[in-house]
Amino acid sequence: MAYDGSFSADICEKDSDYENLAESGPSQDSFRLFKEPTFNAQGCSEAILMGRVAERSDTSDSESTNSSEGSKEPFNRKLKSSSQGTKCSAATRRVLSSHSTGSHSSAGMSMRVRRTPAVQQPQTSSRDSVHIPNIDGIILPELKEISTEDRPDYLVGLGLGCIERNKEELASNLRGLSVSEGMRKLRAMPLSLVDKMEIRRRCFSLSAVNSLNRNFPCFNLPLVYISRMWRHSTFNALPFLSTLKLWHSSMKKLSGRYGTGVLSYFLFLRTLLFINLLLFIITCLFLVIPQAIHPPPTHPRLNSVTAIELLTGTGYLSQSLMFYGYYSNVTIETNQMSSHIAVTHMVPYCIPTAYFLTITISFFITCIILVYSMSKSFGKSFQVLKSNRNLSENIFCSWDFKVSKKPSIRLQHEKISTQLKEQLSELTSREEEMSLMQRFGNLIVHVLAWVTCLASILLSAVGVYFLSKHTVSSEFKNLDLLFKSAVVSGFNLLLPGIFNLCSWFEKHSSPSTRVYVSIFRNLLLKISLIGVLCYHWLGKIVVKQDRQVLECWENFVGQELYRLLLMDFIFTVLYTFLGEFIWRLFSKKVLKKNRKPVFDIARNVLELIYGQTLTWLGVLFSPLLPAVQIAKLFVLFYMKKCSLKLNCQASKKPWRATQMTTLFITLLWFPSFLGAAVSVVYTVWMIKPSSGCGPFRNLTSMFESGKLWAERMKDSHKILSWLIRAYNTVVDNPLFLFLPTCVFLLVVYLHAQIVDGQRKIIRWLEKQIENEVKDKKFLITQLQHWNEENKPDSTQR
Amino acid sequence: MGNKQTIFTAQQLDAYQDCTYFTRKEILRLFYRYRDLAPQLVPLDYTNQPNVKLPYELIGSMPELKDNPFRQRIAEVFSEDGEGNMTLDDFLDMFSVLSEMAPRDLKAYYAFKIYDFNNDDFICKSDLEKTLNKLTRNELTEDEVKMVCEKVMDEADLDNDGRLSLEDFQHMINRAPDFLSTFHIRI
Repeated sequence: MAYDGSFSADICEKDSDYENLAESGPSQDSFRLFKEPTFNAQGCSEAILMGRVAERSDTSDSESTNSSEGSKEPFNRKLKSSSQGTKCSAATRRVLSSHSTGSHSSAGMSMRVRRTPAVQQPQTSSRDSVHIPNIDGIILPELKEISTEDRPDYLVGLGLGCIERNKEELASNLRGLSVSEGMRKLRAMPLSLVDKMEIRRRCFSLSAVNSLNRNFPCFNLPLVYISRMWRHSTFNALPFLSTLKLWHSSMKKLSGRYGTGVLSYFLFLRTLLFINLLLFIITCLFLVIPQAIHPPPTHPRLNSVTAIELLTGTGYLSQSLMFYGYYSNVTIETNQMSSHIAVTHMVPYCIPTAYFLTITISFFITCIILVYSMSKSFGKSFQVLKSNRNLSENIFCSWDFKVSKKPSIRLQHEKISTQLKEQLSELTSREEEMSLMQRFGNLIVHVLAWVTCLASILLSAVGVYFLSKHTVSSEFKNLDLLFKSAVVSGFNLLLPGIFNLCSWFEKHSSPSTRVYVSIFRNLLLKISLIGVLCYHWLGKIVVKQDRQVLECWENFVGQELYRLLLMDFIFTVLYTFLGEFIWRLFSKKVLKKNRKPVFDIARNVLELIYGQTLTWLGVLFSPLLPAVQIAKLFVLFYMKKCSLKLNCQASKKPWRATQMTTLFITLLWFPSFLGAAVSVVYTVWMIKPSSGCGPFRNLTSMFESGKLWAERMKDSHKILSWLIRAYNTVVDNPLFLFLPTCVFLLVVYLHAQIVDGQRKIIRWLEKQIENEVKDKKFLITQLQHWNEENKPDSTQR
Repeated sequence: MGNKQTIFTAQQLDAYQDCTYFTRKEILRLFYRYRDLAPQLVPLDYTNQPNVKLPYELIGSMPELKDNPFRQRIAEVFSEDGEGNMTLDDFLDMFSVLSEMAPRDLKAYYAFKIYDFNNDDFICKSDLEKTLNKLTRNELTEDEVKMVCEKVMDEADLDNDGRLSLEDFQHMINRAPDFLSTFHIRI
């Protein structure tokens, strides 16, 4: 690459300086060009250049000579010709180093007392032979040219002289500061302890040093103690806190052995657990407990629970807190005795309002949590800077030096290797060139696979639909009820297997495409199944006159969802234990392969999302459903962990954990949560609750209870009435919804543009760094050339 | 704090306190740790600055460093003679830099030195390969190692000279949020 071209393109404002350079010869002014505050260690970068310059003098095939302009070639060859180059480079170097020792941050300068084994050092005492690394860098290639008898004087003279000057300069820099400031700077310098103590001795007088209050001043003392204590306690508590974090240690072990993909599944499981826990706590506190304390009068029914009833949710359970039908529509008035005045206060607690508000608010909170975690994962996976910096960070920053126990160290080694292998396989997805025939064949295979999958999905949906219709009209035998849920779960289990088979035949362009396709197919299956069920419940049961058969349709829907959840769990257990276990035996004995099956992350995550969708759909009809889901997730964790250890091995396929986590949270948000929220909103708004049971009987819609409450509140509380009035004007008026949406969209667009602009700037700056280094090289060779020309007979000091 | 220790003079302790990130107590504790490695070599009186150097084998046998794959490099970087034999000053310096109070730039500088196996002030491909092999205990194949080195050079080498200089390294470290917590030995 031509130096001139890059030079003019990027340092155009410095052209005038460049002309000065041509006239006045080497001077310190020329190096103002190199004043880049971003470069901390100018010494080191100059070392590159000096090293390169010297290298060029002894190598004959450097690319830079080939690429340089014709004008530069004469003096390059001159450099090659004689050892004069070394003497000139000494003078040049002196100029460079005198400039570079001027203003540096502490990290730039190093006067490490170190004898590098690679360099043959003169036998000076350790205290004195301190070497500046830029000299180290220069010495190395030049040693080949300098004769041995010249070497000691040359090095010692140059070395010591420079070192003395540098120490003095450092000391003088520090002298200007206050004592404590100076000590802080000294401490942060990358020098050896011996050097630091010497500089300290030089620049701070004894009295100043003694006056330094090493104990903190009195008024700060408590603060200092507190901050120290806090720091120590957090460090000591860290292992404890991490044990508090659920399953932290098991997940660390899992990630070490099976990779980040499997870890992302378990992390997702834990996230779902916490979301459900939150949901459960809210409904429990505000709904279940008040109702439990004041049970409504129930019909005399069975008081015992049979096992089958536990599964189907009928019988005793349908008359319990579990389902919607139990909740009364009255305002509970409790008598509360206050402690010193014997007056009873009436604390009314309106159950319908509580029901409505609890469900609404818990959905709202879940929505916010999901959006927040989605935005965080988006932020992590789409970074402004070059993507996939992780590789270099993984190498240099991932080894935890604190770890000292042998098994933990082994785990760390494993973790780092699996991470590196994963990232590598991500990078090496190579495409093969295929002929036209092959591509056509591939297309046919793809089309066939898709047709198969879609057909199977359609068939299963139709099957479920007809089964549902059949179930409603016939009598309710317990096993029949279970049969429908079993069929749905069976489809959920079998069809992904078919999809896997199809994708096994297909050839995808990259492994991640394969994963995305499989996720999409599974998603389609689950959406269609749930869609059919929802349509059946909300569309048919509620509207049709069949509802005479069901005196309490909400209970029925709640029970259906409960059954679906349970059957899903049972089938998963059976599949995990029998399916994977049997597959392993089969592949060992029959196929004689020692390969264990691989943990299918996409499929398992979609199972989790499916279960969560059912929970969200069911919360309205069965407030205790989150508890069932929590228990299910808990057991699932240990079960999957066991089966992983016994039956599965680490996947050799690549898995981009961050992007996948983002995808999963997005899937959790978009079809799953939004779909559930839309159904719930539809139910609350549009559908008439059954008149025989539940807290909303005798109302036209569940939403109406909220309206009634608002009206009641309007009279009693001032602030609330104001809020309600604001709500009526703002939310009901479409214009007020339109404006904020516009504003939000504008803000989003603005941010997107800013991110884009920042990306461009970063790219431009990186290019500039490259070009400036090239320019530096060029200018230093120029300097060398002029040094040579102007002082052809000077000897080095 | 008036404690009657006789190992160091007051000036020496002050100097140590000023030049490292340790307090008096910690310096004394570290001295005892140093001494425990070789009680017969290390005198209890440092007031006249004896020239005592512990060989690398003793340093490398410390429980904090015993299984660390980089222990030899750490000892070499912080030792005076570059071979891992450490005086008390080197010892204090090492743990001061590796303590939690040391600033990021300082740690980045020494981390750079540690990973620079051939001591040429650049992390070149061979240094990277050695680092990788130490990190993964030779589990990666030759090809994988080569690919990783190339990719790292692509990512981190800003001035495109085929090796990482100190600025490249520091630039990359600045973007790594967990460097400060991993490059830390608690003693």
